[in-house]
Order: sequence, then structure tokens, then C-alpha cells
Amino acid sequence: MAMDTRKCVGCSDCVVACQTENNVPLGYCRDWIVETVKGSYPETVKMHFASERCMQCDNTPCVRTCPTGASHVIEGGIVKVTHDECIGCGACIEACPYGARYVHPDGYIDKCTFCDHRLEQGMNPACVDVCPTSCLIFGDLDDPRSPVSKALQEKDWYVLAPEAGTNPQLYFLK
Amino acid sequence: MKTTRRQFIKIAGMGTAGVAVAGSVLGSVQKAAERSISTPSSDSELFRTPTYCEVCFWKCAAWVYKDKEGNIQKLIGNATDQHARGKLCPRGTGGLGMYYDNDRLKKPLIRRNREDDHYEEVSWEVALDFIAKKMKGIKKDWGKENMAVFVHGSPAKHFEYLFKAYGNENHSEPAYAQCAGPREAGFFATFGSGVGSPEPADMQNSKCIIFIGNHVGENMHNSYVQELSLAIDNDADIIVVDPRLSTVAAKATHWLPIKPGTDIALLLAWMHVLIYDNIYDKEYIDKYAFGFEELKAHVANYTPEWASGITTIDPELIRKSAHTMAAAAPAAVIHPGRHTTWYGDDTQRERSMAIINALLGAFGRKGGMYMGVKQKLPNYPVPEFPEPKWTWKDITLDKYKNAAVGLTNVLIDASLPEYPKEHQIKGWFIAGTSFINTIPDRKKMFKAMDNQELIVVVDTMPMEMTGYADVVLPESTYLERYDYARGGKNRVAQVALRMPAVEAKYDTKPSWWIAKELGNRLGLKKYYPWKDLEEVLDWQFQKIGTSLEEMKRIGVKTFESDESIYLLPGEDFEFNTNTGKIELYSTDFAEKGYDPLPKFTRHESPDPGFYHLVYGRAPMHTFGRTQNNPYLYELRKTNDVWINPRTAKLWGIENGMEIWLKNQDGIVSEFSTKARLTERIRPDSIYMVHGFGHTSKKLTRAYGKGINDLPLITKVKIDPIMGGTGMRNNFVTFLLEKPKKEEVKS
Repeated sequence: MAMDTRKCVGCSDCVVACQTENNVPLGYCRDWIVETVKGSYPETVKMHFASERCMQCDNTPCVRTCPTGASHVIEGGIVKVTHDECIGCGACIEACPYGARYVHPDGYIDKCTFCDHRLEQGMNPACVDVCPTSCLIFGDLDDPRSPVSKALQEKDWYVLAPEAGTNPQLYFLK
Repeated sequence: MKTTRRQFIKIAGMGTAGVAVAGSVLGSVQKAAERSISTPSSDSELFRTPTYCEVCFWKCAAWVYKDKEGNIQKLIGNATDQHARGKLCPRGTGGLGMYYDNDRLKKPLIRRNREDDHYEEVSWEVALDFIAKKMKGIKKDWGKENMAVFVHGSPAKHFEYLFKAYGNENHSEPAYAQCAGPREAGFFATFGSGVGSPEPADMQNSKCIIFIGNHVGENMHNSYVQELSLAIDNDADIIVVDPRLSTVAAKATHWLPIKPGTDIALLLAWMHVLIYDNIYDKEYIDKYAFGFEELKAHVANYTPEWASGITTIDPELIRKSAHTMAAAAPAAVIHPGRHTTWYGDDTQRERSMAIINALLGAFGRKGGMYMGVKQKLPNYPVPEFPEPKWTWKDITLDKYKNAAVGLTNVLIDASLPEYPKEHQIKGWFIAGTSFINTIPDRKKMFKAMDNQELIVVVDTMPMEMTGYADVVLPESTYLERYDYARGGKNRVAQVALRMPAVEAKYDTKPSWWIAKELGNRLGLKKYYPWKDLEEVLDWQFQKIGTSLEEMKRIGVKTFESDESIYLLPGEDFEFNTNTGKIELYSTDFAEKGYDPLPKFTRHESPDPGFYHLVYGRAPMHTFGRTQNNPYLYELRKTNDVWINPRTAKLWGIENGMEIWLKNQDGIVSEFSTKARLTERIRPDSIYMVHGFGHTSKKLTRAYGKGINDLPLITKVKIDPIMGGTGMRNNFVTFLLEKPKKEEVKS
């Protein structure tokens, strides 16, 4: 997934769409908005928003630290948590450099699934489909003609906390 | 077969087109917190019904998804609708919170004695009988004309109809005199047509969009934000004039951090550059415009250097931004904005914007302003309405000659006990607006309310206004009711249906039912010959070649139109003005004694220690309506006060510190909120989001969260042309300690 910070207006539609799609309890969220302000008024001040969630890393400290195997990677690379096997110890929360996991009120750890139940039906994640600015691009990184590949070829991008070595799969377009 | 992650994503990304009805959520939203499994199932069957949204007034068509038990699961934008384009904004997506909010009004309420705050739960019969009796009393003692109707949103039509049938036309909406009125008057005087909503700024085809204090993106109108995004994709230039680095200013080619209240100076300087650098659309002006020579002479001395001294904007930036827009013209447009009642000379500011749109050749041009088309819905046949003895026009147009509709503020003035008896207002009927949080100058509001023999409030939530009512009527939410179909101008003509997705959860009623039942009690049965609104809708739909049955299935219907939304090359077009031309020089204003060409007026600056009170919106909230919505509350629970760090340093204010605000008239905010130190604002201004600081304890989430800007707006400057209330002439200072009780006057 790529996230175009030029277009995002920080409206949080992705957050509420995720909540209603995935029945996330009120007061919790699987995705969130970050506002970054740099510089000073008036000449140099700059601001952008980013919509963040689990980065679905290729190298997953959350899975490595999980003592029960509840945290795992499913076919296709999406990181998931089997609720029944999770003891809520929070080791994965400590290990995640992105703060992408939270303790569900029922005691297990919960996080973004890229809406894999929708992907199975050929749909996009709910956050992608709802975004009024279309700033979330979901698609095939191996296909050089896919919108997400094109975006990464044509535009400058960054990932969060590259120094953590997690090889995150959510790219932010500048 | 081993599937790699990327292959998986490839598979997933391929079939995104036909989104089926089948959806995926378990359980009801209310149960969300109790659920032990939050994994959505993908095989549950969801059913959907059409609606258009009522969380803001962009009216996006949507599908309401329900499970087998009939619980509303989610709301998704209708893909065929121009307003929604398959998406809803955060408020629309969270619209189900309006239905699930436990704080809703659930029963009709009557307060029989204004001295106490006791509201008695009553049946609809008792409530409506009470209102009818009181209205008959006002009719007998004063006249049926001596009531005012204040409305907003979809309930408006139902009650305006009722009162017209009653012989009363004193209707008004804060949407005009507290919001969009000046732009309607300013654009009408120039082009002979108003702006309307959605605004016909052709942003998705534009090469340069100019926003004057218009904070699109925070102002979260759905397709409007979608068009902004398309414009960014097209590498359009964006020019933003705002004392604050708004969301859109942060995306702009040029940000002009203007001193508040000086916009007209900048606009005059832009006209100067366009004309004297000879970069305006000469051919277009020669063909379509009237008064160019007068305008040219008028702006001769309004150089960027002149404007710089007033606006604090670098003259080179003024020049450069004018050249940027001219280079894109005619695919360039100054967006007319929405909330435009700022300083009391707002019609002239909007006139200036319209004139620049003319100089750019924008009106009727691709990427400029398109000319919307609509599908008219015929009115259900009823007898002619009675002629009222007098209307709002009789007490308005002498003074505010270009008021196009009733003015709330004029009707409030007429509600005061000292107003001449013949035209004195003695009863208020309010629907869909928390009026008290909409109208500046509360002192006057309280006096006017005290003089009313009856105040009726129709709402879905226990908003502050309900606490001043004699009768509170609980309206069903938009997810539980029919309303008139949405028509409206747009690029193509479309009609959208709202129908109930679910039955009313409480003892609430739709506005059409309330109006009809009240009408029956007022002897107006002949104006309600139909059984229910379904009958009216079906009749209307049949007349335009569809039916209620078809509309229930499709939600939105598109109609062919042979009218072009752009001027054809060389087309002779007659504008609806006195001269038939675009009036750079307004003959209408000249006749009526208003400035035919816009002039800059200097507005007050704050005293030392005071700051311009700039207010605006957050994308997840609509005015003061949504702060208690369980979903939207979670997205933003309170507002904060934006302060430049240099200003904060003078006061010793640190980020996150609790502060109170006091205005130039000594009014102190009821609650405190946190200071947000940010470089995104001028040091002479503070900014806060409107709609917070609720004082109704029945709004259990929103109560006491944040500061309400409205009580701090006590200095109001009235626009002499259309009568709008300029609200940006107010200044505030900081209180770092909790004020003593007697200081809190708001």
C-alpha cells in the first residue's frame, strides 16, 4: 500500500470506515492520522498528514516475540493475530516500532488486517475505498504497471523507521 | 502452490470494480464493545436501502447496509451519485452514530412553566394539540403572520410548506444571513445568478484554484474534497489566502498569510495586476462584460505595493500569484466559499472575487465555473396558499435591499418587545438548527426569546436550543424517515431518494408527519390531501419518468439534459443582469445606493494583548451537530486554541496548557480548553474549531468539552447590502486561571 501525503486532508474517514467495517470497539482504532509540522511562520512552515496502520512488514518483530504463535503471517504476507491463541501479554506491542497494535477490551491484541475478508472478495480494504481524496493506493507491487508501482516509480517516497529493519510495506508518497 | 505476499496483493487489487451487496460486519454497532470476536465474517448477507446523508448538507447519496436482523452495519457512498462518487466523508461514514446515540430525544416534551426547567414527557397528540392551541392564540391576538420559522436541512421544506399553507412567510435559515448569503448576493450582482450548493467551481478540470479563507479539507464537503484531490493529481496550482496554514494552504503553490479583515485590498490589487499587466481575458471581457473602463480606472492606484501595506503580503507574492492564475485562465477559479459572513462588507468581498473570476474568463468555462443543470420535481397539486397580510420582505427590503430570503437577524429584531406591534414576532418554530449556537449576540437572543408566547423546537438531539423551548418534538433521524427527494444543480441532473432504512427506534416522527398532523389541527387539511410522503414521492417520480419503486432500487437517477454546462465557443449569452452582461460595474448596486465597484474598508485591529478570533471547522464534525455522535466524538472530542509560539511566549503559555478566553466585551468562555502552540497561525490571531463547548448536560459525551466561539462573538457588523451578520470582528485574550463564577458571562 502507498499513502499519498500530498492529497491526504487528515479527515479520519479511514479510521471510522475501519471501525464500522471491522466492528472495532468505540474508543479504539486500527488506523490513525498523524500530523507533522515543520519550520516556522510564515516562510518555512510546512505541514502534512499521514494515514498510518500496521505496515505489514516483511520482517516481523511482532511475530518473533509472540510466545504463543497467535501473531502470524498468513499467505500473502498479512500479519494477523489469532484471538483464541492470544494471551494478551503485549510483547508484540513492545516489539512493534509503529504502535500498530492495541489491547482489545476482551483481552487479546488486535490490529489492521488489510481487511483480508474484503480482499478475498476482490475488494479493497475499507479505508482505501472510503478515502475522499483517494490518497491510499492498494495494489500489486510486482506489476510495474499497477497504480501503486507507478506511484513508487514516479514519486519520492519514504517509509517509517527504516532503521528498525522491519522492511515495512506501507509507503508514504511525498 | 506457494503464494507470495505480492501475488496475494495482486489478486486482491484486481477485482475492485463491482462492489457487491454482500458485506461483512458482524453484530450491531451498539454491541461493538460487548462483542468477543471482532473478526468480520465475509459470508453474512447484508441488505441495503438508499438514502442521502443529513450529517452535513452536501447530501451525498448512500447505501445503508443492514444485517438479517435489520441492524444498521455501515453506510457506503452511492457510486452513481455526483456528490458521493461511491464514498462518504467521515461524518457520513459515522452517520450511523446519529441513529445509535443513546442521548437522542425519545419522546415529545412540554415545559408548561418557563420559570422552572421541568420538561414533561407527553404523547404526540398532547404536544401537537398544545402547539396548535398556542398558535391559534397568537393568530387571534397578533396575527398568523406574527410568527417566525427558523429552519435548516431537510426538515425545512416540510415546515415552510406548513407555514405557507397557514399564511405565514416569515421563514429564514441561518444558512443565509449567518453563512452563504454574501456570496449569493455578490455573485448574483456580477453574473445574474447565485452560486448554490454544491458550488459550481469546476475544480476537477481546473489548472488553478484560489481559496479565500476557504479551508477545503477541513470543510469536508465530499465531492468538493474529491475534486481538490483530482486537481492535485492534475498538478493544478493552488493559491490560498488565509491567516492560518490551513490543510489546503499546506498543499498550495502560493500561501498568502493575510492579516485578517484585509482581503478586499488583496483582491483589488489582483484586479490591478490582471488589468495593468494586461493578462486578463480581453476577448471574453469585450464580449460578455459591462463596465470594464470604470473598473480599470477604479483599480488604477490599487497596486500590490499599496495592498502590501494593508495585508502584510509581499507585493511580489501578490504579483506572482496573479500571474499564476492568469497563466491557467480560463481554467482558473476563485472558489466562492460557503461561510462568508465575516466583516460586514462581505458582499463586496464576494463581488471582488466574482469580478476576478470574470477577468479570468472563468464563468461558463471548463476549469472555471460551470453552469449546473437540474431535474425539476413537480409540486403535488394543492389549492393555492393564502396571501399573508405581510411577510419578511416588508420589514427587510427597505434596509437590506438585496436580501434574497428572510433574514434570521431581522426576524430576531422583530421578536423584541420594543418592535412595532404590527410586525412583532410572538412565536418561534425551529427545526434542524440549534439556533442559539448559530446566532451571534446572545443578549439580544435571550431578550427575543423571553418575548415569545411559544417556542417549538424540532430536533433529533437534546441540543442547547431544546432547553429554551416550550415544546420539543423529537424528529426521527435521516436513517428512519422519508424526506423530499434531493434535486439540485450539478454537472448532470440527478434525483436522489431518502427512505427509512429502519423503523424509528424511539417515539420519534419524521418532519413531514409532524407538519401534516399540525396542519390538520390548524384547519389546513386541504393542503395535505395525501396519506403519506411515499404517495407524494411516487407521484413526483412518475411525472419525471420513474417511480418510488424504481428509486428504492437505484437510489439515484440521472436525467439527460441537452443544456451545455459550459459556454459554447463564441456563444451569445444573456446574463440575468440589468445590462444582460457580466457586470464588473454593478448597475443594480448603483441604483440602490451601494458602491457599484468594491472598495476596501479598514476594519478594526485588536488592542494590545487581544487577538483576532478566527474560527472554522474540523473535517469530522458539522457545526455543533455532531460532537455527541459516538463515532465522531472518538475522532475529535474537543477543540483546542491555536496560538503562535511567539505569542504564547509573551504569556508564558505552554503547549497543552489549560486556558480560558475572554473577548473585547468581557465575555468569558464557559469552559476551558488546551492551548495548541503551532507555527501554522499568525501571531496576531488565534484559531479554534466551531461547534464545541456544549452546555447541554443531556449531550453526555460532548458536554463541557472545549470552548464555544459563538458566545465570544458579541460584536456583529451587518452587511448593508444583504443583511448578513459579520462575525469576525471579535478579539480575545487569554485567562490562565479559572475565572471566578461571576466573570463567566456566556
